[in-house]
Amino acid sequence: MPAARVDAMTQSLNRIAAMTARYYYILRSSWLRLLEIIYWPAMQMLVWGFLYTYLYQSKSAMASTAGLLLGAVLLWDVLFRGQLGFTFTFLEEIWSRNLANLMMSPLQPFELAASLMLMSLIRLVIGTLPVTLLTLLLFGFNVYAMGPGVIAFFFNLVLTSWAIGLVVAGLVIRQGLGAESLAYSIMIVLLPLCCVYYPVEALPAWLHPVAWSLTPTYVFEGMRAVLLDGTFRTDLMIEGLALNAVYLGLGFATFVALLQSARHKGGLLTMGE
Amino acid sequence: MSRIERFLPRRHLTPVSPNTMPAQDNAPVSLGIDEAPAIAVEDLCKKYRSHWAVDDVNFNVPKGWTVGLLGGNGAGKTTTIAMIMGLVVPSFGRAIVLGHDMATERHKVLSRMNFESPYVALPGRLTVRQNLTVFGRLYGVANLKARIEELIEDFELGDVLDRVTGRLSAGQKTRVAVAKALINDPDVLLLDEPTASLDPDRAEWVRSRLRAYQKRRGATILLSSHNMTEVEQLCDFVVIMSRGRVVAMGRPGELAERFKCRDLDEVFIYLARVA
Repeated sequence: MPAARVDAMTQSLNRIAAMTARYYYILRSSWLRLLEIIYWPAMQMLVWGFLYTYLYQSKSAMASTAGLLLGAVLLWDVLFRGQLGFTFTFLEEIWSRNLANLMMSPLQPFELAASLMLMSLIRLVIGTLPVTLLTLLLFGFNVYAMGPGVIAFFFNLVLTSWAIGLVVAGLVIRQGLGAESLAYSIMIVLLPLCCVYYPVEALPAWLHPVAWSLTPTYVFEGMRAVLLDGTFRTDLMIEGLALNAVYLGLGFATFVALLQSARHKGGLLTMGE
Repeated sequence: MSRIERFLPRRHLTPVSPNTMPAQDNAPVSLGIDEAPAIAVEDLCKKYRSHWAVDDVNFNVPKGWTVGLLGGNGAGKTTTIAMIMGLVVPSFGRAIVLGHDMATERHKVLSRMNFESPYVALPGRLTVRQNLTVFGRLYGVANLKARIEELIEDFELGDVLDRVTGRLSAGQKTRVAVAKALINDPDVLLLDEPTASLDPDRAEWVRSRLRAYQKRRGATILLSSHNMTEVEQLCDFVVIMSRGRVVAMGRPGELAERFKCRDLDEVFIYLARVA
């Protein structure tokens, strides 16, 4: 590899590391922020965990599906928190009126995106790892009992969350803080369509293609296969991964296009004012 | 032709050397420098819906010069600077910095530029040291620790270095922002009202630092300001804008003479009312 290229790659990695350090500094600057990352998933898990316990002990027909419910809640949280981690980390730049500083620096859009992804992953690990252990401790539900498939589920959902996060970040750059609420609400659109709590067959037939066009559907169907049949559906994970690669590419292209559009529209300099 | 229109040079103008005589009143300012300018603004226009924020602006900034961009609120200074930075794409025309069109090739030159603006803040939750470190790494500054030490000394930041940036006074924040703008030893520095929030003493102190930097590095500075004393002290040349257009340009003393005013303040007020 030519020396100039190696040098360019080294500088690029340095910039990603600098941005990740910047976000890490913010995270460690306040214990309340750290607590907040754990707080919501933990509260949600408590509510669903008690429901799981109730159903499990009720000896009703629902008892056998109680584990599905808790597994779905945990995995949905990975998707939801992954996107929130990505978008909120980006919103820090808008809130602190720092975006123009970054846009005027040699930082490339893909480097910014890479640092946001890394930070989303770090926040996700901080937020979900203790919650999965809490679930095991309090309710006896071991998500890791699903085996190595859990890793495939996790990464498929994380990739989807990044693709959506990129689009939301692009919309905030293009539309300003008016688009901020999308950070909280956009994932809810997916909730009924990607079959988190029920199989695809539960949807009307005309919605099946829509459901299968959404990558989380592959994960939740895969989870049900593991918990109900004890089989890990490799085919579903590979299809989901391939679709995720497409969505991540589209997400990044949208982010860049919206950034370019914002440069035409003006307002990058005064963003956050 | 009105008095003002006579002083509206239209195309690709480069100020004459400070050592040469000023141009005639009714003649466009002539090219006096052979070297390619650090900043070339060519037929620059920006239209927002039906409003022309910047309308056919032309001027050059030779390498190593400090040029002031003046004008009242809404004159188009910030939009012009944003186009020179590549943050806004022109509707028409070009802004070229160090030979690169900022609409399409800005990534080739960003590491040699930097800026400071009151519209932009450094991350408030990071300490001054963390901010300087992050931006130093973003700009790929070699020997970053040594460079930060230099800036700490130059801008007397030692006592605030480990304080959270958001809790500093306005004056301290400005010093940190200017230090950040110099972290990569930029060849081209864009400053939007760099001393706006400072008391006169501190403002003069920052100006002296900018002059020292410019002298040491031979950097090109484009400065927007409402402080005419500052402009007279710092700038070799001045471009005055009103309603998106350039209404006058020349050396500060020359402009006062041309408009039969006592100083640049009076020129500014006169043009703001007439243009």
